[in-house]
Amino acid sequence: MTTRVGVVTFPGSLDDQDAGRAVKLAGGEPVALWHGDKDLHQVDAVILPGGFSYGDYLRCGAIARFSPVMETIIAGAREGLPVLGICNGFQVLCESHLLPGALTRNDHLHFVCRDQRLRVENAATAWTGDFASGAEITVPLKNGEGGYVADESTLDALEAEGRVVFRYLDVNPNGSRRDIAGITNAAGNVVGLMPHPEHAVEALTGPTTDGLPFFTSVLKKLVA
Amino acid sequence: MARVVVDVMLKPEILDPQGQAVQRALPRLGFEGIADVRQGKRFELDLEGPADEAALARIREIAGTFLANTVIEDFVVRVEEPAEAASADNNAEEGAVR
Repeated sequence: MTTRVGVVTFPGSLDDQDAGRAVKLAGGEPVALWHGDKDLHQVDAVILPGGFSYGDYLRCGAIARFSPVMETIIAGAREGLPVLGICNGFQVLCESHLLPGALTRNDHLHFVCRDQRLRVENAATAWTGDFASGAEITVPLKNGEGGYVADESTLDALEAEGRVVFRYLDVNPNGSRRDIAGITNAAGNVVGLMPHPEHAVEALTGPTTDGLPFFTSVLKKLVA
Repeated sequence: MARVVVDVMLKPEILDPQGQAVQRALPRLGFEGIADVRQGKRFELDLEGPADEAALARIREIAGTFLANTVIEDFVVRVEEPAEAASADNNAEEGAVR
């Protein structure tokens, strides 16, 4: 049986198609989930894709967080459902309080779009098992509000518990505290990051194929 | 109709690059003497009923769970003075006539 990975489409999602395609290339079955439908259609994992859900009105991810599908995803995530939030999806996870902290306007105010080097600092999450710890990868990054902030005690706790999953290398593209590009919850099933692994899964269209292990990781985790 | 205003501001310790950009633009426009600018959001909520303690408690809940992200933002809830609200209503009516 193929592993079913749901990809949520909110009004304003942009990267749902690429995320679904990445799941397929990794050997899974992408399942389209709709923001207005509470039913997760028996998926084994969920991806919240990038984009501008609800036009980024109020705050990025603030309205998406209250959509019917998120009710079910939040409950599932608390019980171990693997959830990956990419870019806007990361913002939704923070607004949902599934991950601590928040994403704020880039410190230089410019939208940034570049191939970004990252270090994988935690290879034990549901979404990073196929990486070697300390691996350096390059995937696209594109955001206007990607500055990760949290209070000092939260940042210290994230570091102490190994919950900083990805850190920016070479440059800090958006003013994120402590160069944090992605984090996980304590259980390791919920991961959020600003860069876009789903755009780096094929030589034809991506700068690398460094994004593919995200998707193979979760498939392996689910059959294990 | 009672109007309640919710002001949302980034916490003082959170960098506000938009406010900084506004502040930096001021001297260029000939406005001197502004030491700092912080940018926030103002929400005007028109109530169907009176702005009593129950309504305000509800609005504080709305502000704390939805209008503001209390990880990075503070909010203040206040009832707008009736005189001010009345003049605002008049303005709205004038706008509608035009």
